[in-house]
Amino acid sequence: MNVSAAAHPGFLSPTGVEITFVLIGLATLGAALLTVTTRQLVHAALWLVVALGGLAVEYLLLTAEFIAWVQVLIYVGSVVVLLLFGLMLTKAPIGRSPDADSENRLVALGVGVAAAAALVWVVVDAFRTTWINLHGVAQGSSRATGESLFRHWVLPFEALSVLLLAALVGAIVLSRRDTGSPGSAAPSPAGATPAATPAADAPAAGKEHS
Amino acid sequence: MHLAYPAVLAVLLFCVGLYGVLARRNAILVLMSVELMLNAVNLNLVAFDVWLRDSLHAGQALTLFTITIAAAEIGLGLAIVLLVFRNRGSSDVDRLTGLAEPHGPGTPHGPDAPDATPAAAADDEKAEATA
Amino acid sequence: MTLITLAALVPLLPFLGAAAGLLLGRRAPGFVRPLAVLPTAAAFVLAAVTAARQGTGAPTDGAHRLTVTGSVPIDLALHLDGFSVLIAVLVGLVATCVQLYSVSYLRDDPRYPSYAALVSLFTSAMLLVVYTGDLMVLLVGWEVMGICSYFLVGHHWETEAARAASIKAFLVTKLGDVPFLIGVFALASDAHTFRINGILDAAAHGRLHHPTVIALLLLAGVAGKSAQFPLHTWLPDAMAGPTPVSALIHAATMVAAGIYLVARLLPVFTASAAALAVLGAMAAVTMVGSGLAALAQDDIKRVLAYSTIGQLGYMAGALAVGNRDAAVFHLLSHGAFKGLLFLGAGVVIHAAGTNSLTAMSRMGSLGKRVPDAMWTMGLALAALAALPPLSGFFSKESVLRAAEHASSGDTAHVPSAVGWTVFVAGLVAALLTAGYATRLFLLAFRGSGPDAPDHGRQPVVMTTVLWVLAIPTLAFGGLTYRELPDWFGGAPLGPTLLTSVLGTGLALVGVLVTYGAWSASAATRKAVPVGAVVTADPDAEPALVEAEATATHQEVYGDIAAADDPGDPGRLLLGRLHPLAAHGFRLDAVYSVLFVRPVLAAASLVRFLDREVIESYVRAAGGTPKLLGTAVRRAQNGNVQTYLSALLAGAVVLAVLVAVGG
Repeated sequence: MNVSAAAHPGFLSPTGVEITFVLIGLATLGAALLTVTTRQLVHAALWLVVALGGLAVEYLLLTAEFIAWVQVLIYVGSVVVLLLFGLMLTKAPIGRSPDADSENRLVALGVGVAAAAALVWVVVDAFRTTWINLHGVAQGSSRATGESLFRHWVLPFEALSVLLLAALVGAIVLSRRDTGSPGSAAPSPAGATPAATPAADAPAAGKEHS
Repeated sequence: MHLAYPAVLAVLLFCVGLYGVLARRNAILVLMSVELMLNAVNLNLVAFDVWLRDSLHAGQALTLFTITIAAAEIGLGLAIVLLVFRNRGSSDVDRLTGLAEPHGPGTPHGPDAPDATPAAAADDEKAEATA
Repeated sequence: MTLITLAALVPLLPFLGAAAGLLLGRRAPGFVRPLAVLPTAAAFVLAAVTAARQGTGAPTDGAHRLTVTGSVPIDLALHLDGFSVLIAVLVGLVATCVQLYSVSYLRDDPRYPSYAALVSLFTSAMLLVVYTGDLMVLLVGWEVMGICSYFLVGHHWETEAARAASIKAFLVTKLGDVPFLIGVFALASDAHTFRINGILDAAAHGRLHHPTVIALLLLAGVAGKSAQFPLHTWLPDAMAGPTPVSALIHAATMVAAGIYLVARLLPVFTASAAALAVLGAMAAVTMVGSGLAALAQDDIKRVLAYSTIGQLGYMAGALAVGNRDAAVFHLLSHGAFKGLLFLGAGVVIHAAGTNSLTAMSRMGSLGKRVPDAMWTMGLALAALAALPPLSGFFSKESVLRAAEHASSGDTAHVPSAVGWTVFVAGLVAALLTAGYATRLFLLAFRGSGPDAPDHGRQPVVMTTVLWVLAIPTLAFGGLTYRELPDWFGGAPLGPTLLTSVLGTGLALVGVLVTYGAWSASAATRKAVPVGAVVTADPDAEPALVEAEATATHQEVYGDIAAADDPGDPGRLLLGRLHPLAAHGFRLDAVYSVLFVRPVLAAASLVRFLDREVIESYVRAAGGTPKLLGTAVRRAQNGNVQTYLSALLAGAVVLAVLVAVGG
């Protein structure tokens, strides 16, 4: 850290990567803000895609290539789709809905701003002279990640697969229609579909890098 | 690259997600905000991993785990939201006040309110009206 | 069987009988009567055997230490000497008679099983008190007697009088028992033992550091139990209990316990001249006051109650002059004839259908109706009046002789003033005793007027018991006064010329004066017909008639104790003292003003403080959290987002504080 502090280049002479990072970061932040403020529910999901995609680019810029692709695959590819399914299944209104925000909005704004101010202050105060050296061996190449994952993190990895199985079963049980009351003739496979999706995706994510 | 850039971006994303969790009414939007917060943490993990050049790649491994767990969480969360929606006819977080002290104007529904179907029907009408 | 084992069986048998009676009373009614009578009778026989074997020999002691208590040891000790074995025989005799009598007296009573068991338990406690050689064990028997007395006096608890009397008896005796307990502890801490032998040893060697305080504390308990002034007021009221109970408890045994205790511990009392003076004054006031009060009572049993108090005064007087032989002698003879008097009174009340002497004096043939009761009671009344050659004469003479001896300053440790006080009061009381005994006999059995209602023949058991008790009444004193000093190991008890002449003369004067007054007021009695008679079914059990009579006495005469009868010889003799004496010199009213009302006022004050002051603190202590809770409840609106906002805002504040402060 001393080395990086001594070679601290300052904020006024940014490198190309930095400029790109900041620009993409601003876009990501804007998309995130729109996600939490827009009054159109489906738009919120779409803005979330933009924000998550922006984050994937940031991962790339940080040389974490594998993470970036997993991000795109799982978040943009499946989680957002799931969310959209959820919106559909809960009959979310399409178009502007005036009551998208609760009465808690002002309090939430206060808490959020205060938290942001405090955290930014702390983080900036702590890391303003820290420099990340992006040159040299890429930290997050697929090879490096795969080796570490299956050499050092095998056990948590397998435990995670059990967790995923449990989540799969749980989601199915939760979203099943009560078979005891066949009289309620609503569209029955509604719950089963979203539950199956993450289970199908997650092992795929695991197998991707093996 | 300065570590401050990803760190500040993560902080801001986290706080935006925080605001979303506290301010959004629809449960699915709340879940989206939770995803934002998780991603902010992920960004931090990756950034610090790269900065520290961790030989075990702990940060990136943990990020992968977080992503997986987030996927599981979103699946379960959506299942729960669906269940609530089916039972209550609404997925609005601030209307689920079944645990409130029973004195306010908003009399809560019982856990298995018998009026689930009529409420759902009413919600149907509302949804169609807004559409 | 050793002597100690034999003696231990004596209190144990009635106790077992009581336990068995209480357990089996409901399930096996056929066993109740044998279980009541047989253990008591067996205890009487065993007590007699014990007395015969103990005889005039040296005291026998037996002790068993159950456990080590840490400080002063407590032993299950028995101490047999002339006093204890003879009193045990008396207790056994009276208790057996009472149990036999009760069998027919309460023959239809639904509560007979518990009644008989309590009487047995009471007998057992009294025998324990008599035999024990340890003050703590004595205290156990003492308190068991107190509670049994409470239950037995309140046997007819349906009537207001019985309820009030039982509570009064219990509270007044307890009032004395508290200082008594403290006195026992003080005594034990001075003597370092609860064993009576050890205490007497300590007293003999002057190792008691506070003899006056201890003696006065013990005297309070004795005054309560033995109904001495000023704690005697419970005894006349306790006549609300059934007659056998009165005979057992309030004549022969329980009230004797106090006298017996002082007799056992006499060296402790003689160590303090002040205590003897207090005892003497107490005895004198009791003797004279009770004699006057007895002369004015209308209820036959209350007359006997006051006479009991007076005779106990004699015993206390004998103790005050340091002569326990005379006291125990009088206790023995008095126990016999007073038990007889009460049991006879039960027969009379049953036959007459009333307990009022006024009503009896208007009945023509009561004496003919119950000849057994008349003859035996006549004997017993003569013994009470100390006419020779009945046993009461010898025992009372022994008391007077001891007092006379002390008044001349010949008794060690006893101030001659105490001797004079007791002697004079004893002589006055002899006059009064003869007076009220004569009045009782004349009014009850020599009435004139219409015949008494026929309640049928008295049960054979009841009359037999009267004759059994008449034997010691007649002969005990004369036959034994020469032998008793050997048993007691003391001075001779026989009558001296001076006291015989004075005492008998005064008694004769009392008899004659009362007879004169009775004859003088005969015309008035004829002119004023007063009387309410309970005409009960002839087959009804006697106890029911008595309870009825006690309950109606107040309604008919406006007072539980006195009747407004101008033809009463007592009224003629007492003159203006009569209304005062009839109400026990208004001592109850004095107590009511001095103690009852202040206590009630204090209680209402405490109630006010509790209700208004302390409870307001309590209410505030409850109300403040309730208000706070209401305020906090408002925050519980069930909205998760609100909760989460507060949580996260708190987290931010904490983080900032840590960041700034740290």
